[in-house]
Amino acid sequence: MNQYPLWKYLLILAVLVVGVIYTLPNFYGESPAVQVSPMHAGLKADNALLGRVESILKAASLSPELTELDGNSVKARFTDTDSQMKAKDLLVAQLGDDYVVALNLLPRSPQWLASLNALPMYLGLDLRGGVHFLLQVDMKAALNKSLDATASDIRSALREQNIAYSGVSRDGDVLSVRFRDADARSKGEAEISQRFTDYALNDKEEGGVFLFQATLKPEAVHRIQESAVQQNLVTLRNRVNELGVAEPVIQQQGPDRVVVQLPGVQDTARAKDILGRTATLEVRMVDEANQAVAGAQPPFGDDVFRDRSGKLMLVKKQVILTGDRINDAQPGFDSRTNEAAVHINLDGVGARQFKDATRENVGKRMAIILFEKGKGEIVTAPVIREEIGGGRVQITGSMDAMEAQNTALLLRAGALAAPMEIIEERTVGPSLGAENITRGFDSTKIGFIMVAIFMIAYYLMFGVISVLSLGANLLLLIALLSMLQATLTLPGMAGIALTLGMAIDANVLINERIREELRNGITPQAAIHAGYDRAFGTILDSNVTTFIAGIALFMFGSGPIKGFAVVLCLGIMTSMFSAVLISRAMVNLIYGRKARLAKVAIG
Amino acid sequence: MELFRIKHDIPFMSYGRYTTSISLVTFLFAVFFLATKGLNFGVDFTGGTVIELHYQQSADIPKIRAQLATINLPDALVQNFGSSHDVLIQVPAKQNIAGAKLSEQVVDSLRKQDPDLEKRRVEFVGSQVGKDLIDNGELALILVSLGIVGYLWLRFEWKFGLSAIIANLHDVVIILGFFAFFQWEFSLSVLAAVLAVLGYSVNESVVVFDRIRENFRTMRKAEVSVIIDNAITRTMSRTIITHGCTQMMVGAMLFLGGETLHYFAMALTIGILFSIYSSVLVASPLLMLLGVSREDFIKPEKNAEEVLP
Repeated sequence: MNQYPLWKYLLILAVLVVGVIYTLPNFYGESPAVQVSPMHAGLKADNALLGRVESILKAASLSPELTELDGNSVKARFTDTDSQMKAKDLLVAQLGDDYVVALNLLPRSPQWLASLNALPMYLGLDLRGGVHFLLQVDMKAALNKSLDATASDIRSALREQNIAYSGVSRDGDVLSVRFRDADARSKGEAEISQRFTDYALNDKEEGGVFLFQATLKPEAVHRIQESAVQQNLVTLRNRVNELGVAEPVIQQQGPDRVVVQLPGVQDTARAKDILGRTATLEVRMVDEANQAVAGAQPPFGDDVFRDRSGKLMLVKKQVILTGDRINDAQPGFDSRTNEAAVHINLDGVGARQFKDATRENVGKRMAIILFEKGKGEIVTAPVIREEIGGGRVQITGSMDAMEAQNTALLLRAGALAAPMEIIEERTVGPSLGAENITRGFDSTKIGFIMVAIFMIAYYLMFGVISVLSLGANLLLLIALLSMLQATLTLPGMAGIALTLGMAIDANVLINERIREELRNGITPQAAIHAGYDRAFGTILDSNVTTFIAGIALFMFGSGPIKGFAVVLCLGIMTSMFSAVLISRAMVNLIYGRKARLAKVAIG
Repeated sequence: MELFRIKHDIPFMSYGRYTTSISLVTFLFAVFFLATKGLNFGVDFTGGTVIELHYQQSADIPKIRAQLATINLPDALVQNFGSSHDVLIQVPAKQNIAGAKLSEQVVDSLRKQDPDLEKRRVEFVGSQVGKDLIDNGELALILVSLGIVGYLWLRFEWKFGLSAIIANLHDVVIILGFFAFFQWEFSLSVLAAVLAVLGYSVNESVVVFDRIRENFRTMRKAEVSVIIDNAITRTMSRTIITHGCTQMMVGAMLFLGGETLHYFAMALTIGILFSIYSSVLVASPLLMLLGVSREDFIKPEKNAEEVLP
């Protein structure tokens, strides 16, 4: 009656073996490493880069334990931090500005584990040290920017169609367009409703003034906000690259917030400067009368900048257009030649300025310059073919789709779509992180030992079985956390300790039940059977209620609390498995075979 | 070894009047302290900046206060944290202060006094984040309560769900009462502990309820109060051992887990203690009060049509 079929034992054994394999990487520790990844989206980490890194390191007689190509980066692992630092300096000097060289820690687990994708648990910032920022995107500013752009677009559209209007103004999030008579208004309204489909229009008359009001449709508001956040994410990613962080996390959280996590970063002042920096974009004319000479002073009235390939170029000091006149830049294709192109959309004022400048400079080159950290870089320098009016500009020629995409990105990333503000910061120093790991580990260990001693003293053999199954529970929980690469935080470690403390409940329920059945005078075999059987319903009910709490914590918790919730939920699942199946299998193996069992050691 | 070998059922239900008044009094005390003293919300909820610094030698707190006064932060709270080498500086959120950059200002300024100090931890929370956290916490509390009531209703009966959740919310209020009385810092992790207690201490009631249901089926002739007394007495051994084990784990955290886990473990400790009490002496009397009966579980049998010879 107390025997499992063979397949059940094998299943449990298989689960335990998988558990051991995925828990193993946590014991090997980590080694210092250097990680090289491309700065721009256009560059790729490939075998050529791997070869280059290897030869650079070899030339300096540095012998990394391991070099590998992993995703979009090349990693080199060392035995000590000394050679890690040396390698970093060397790689920064030789690879140049195109690559980010970051310090990192890589698991030291052997190759066969890595090939099984068995990695150590992913530690949260409170355990490994680093900075966590939560940034709030100012959505009102994003909407206002868009409304202002539309206001000037409406003016130029009405002027183009020769419709007489007396004024366009923005009041909060309502645009009012005023006319002298109803006739002009109906004409204007027809024109505007056709061109600006994102807006809802409605008529109004105020003291003899004919006007209509335009408000953004809800779906358009949603779209503008969504794209503002997306654009800010792109910009932030580019900027974080500069910091040389090995595994930055940049994620949207909720409709209008962005999380930035920078493991290992201690210089928070610099990180804040870089995240909060405003980049600017300028359009100027290229000075084609003079040649740029490296090292020489540029001629009077000129500046010298490098373009993206590193070539020097002389550019006039006079600014034609600034980046805040650019509403949007998108990659695409020329409708006639099918060449890759960048489509730029200027606002009303920008369109007028651009029209004047292009009229005067047909056949000459203009340069679009991106200023960051006070340093300018020429994004692109196209030739002006003809006068361009209407604010729609297209740049084509000698670029492929990838380059068009990068250029568009840079043109947009020039500024953030909407201002952002840091609303939360959590910095943990590396020593505190290490201390937190020790504390979490120690309290789990001590707690476990106390529980083990008590259980064995109280329930004898059944106590041993309970403790072993509790150990299996810990093993499976750690394996599961490693497998899912869920972030382990300090509250998460507390969660491990707590779930272990709670998991013992299932064993206590079973053991008490068996004792009770024995006391009622049933044979030991029947008592074991009844004990497991009757206790199961109770175990299920009590775990489900804790599971409900865990789910709610996961849904509403932030950061560290989420970590706790994940561990709580996973721990409930592993404890159900180990307390019911694993402990039963052990009991069956020990007692199940004996047909005439007179006594069981349950205290 | 067996610690609880109880021969006869303990007549818990006949103590109902006393136990109910005891819990009512503790409950009212907790509410009283919550109302008068209020919770000492941590920076997670109020917004503001917390900086933890480590000095090589014992930190000179008055000197640090004086230095902070020079950068216009006379109202910053400066205290030792764990040891004399560690200092915790708390600055409440204020408008018009560059919140996000405050920590650098403070650290730079204190480095002038002692260049060797180590920045261990900085937490800055904007006031809007704190408000969101409170809202989310309340939502989570409601959701957990509803989820538990719903589940128990499904598995047992609405009377069980209702009395379990009242007993457990009683525990939650008492935990909060303790935090209000001692003015311990109520942080995000304490909130997590409170919600975990809510889920955990329901276990307790569930185990007793399970027994009650079973007894309704097996002890056909017994009075409701006898059934409940028997269920509580039979599960008492398990209750105390389980909670003892969980408390061993939580106790290890309380003493070894450091400052961050201390109040988390404290909330769990109070929760565990009171959940033993409330599951037995609050939930079960409530169940009686709500008039639980055998018919809730055993549908009156219809007289089957039989053909008799």
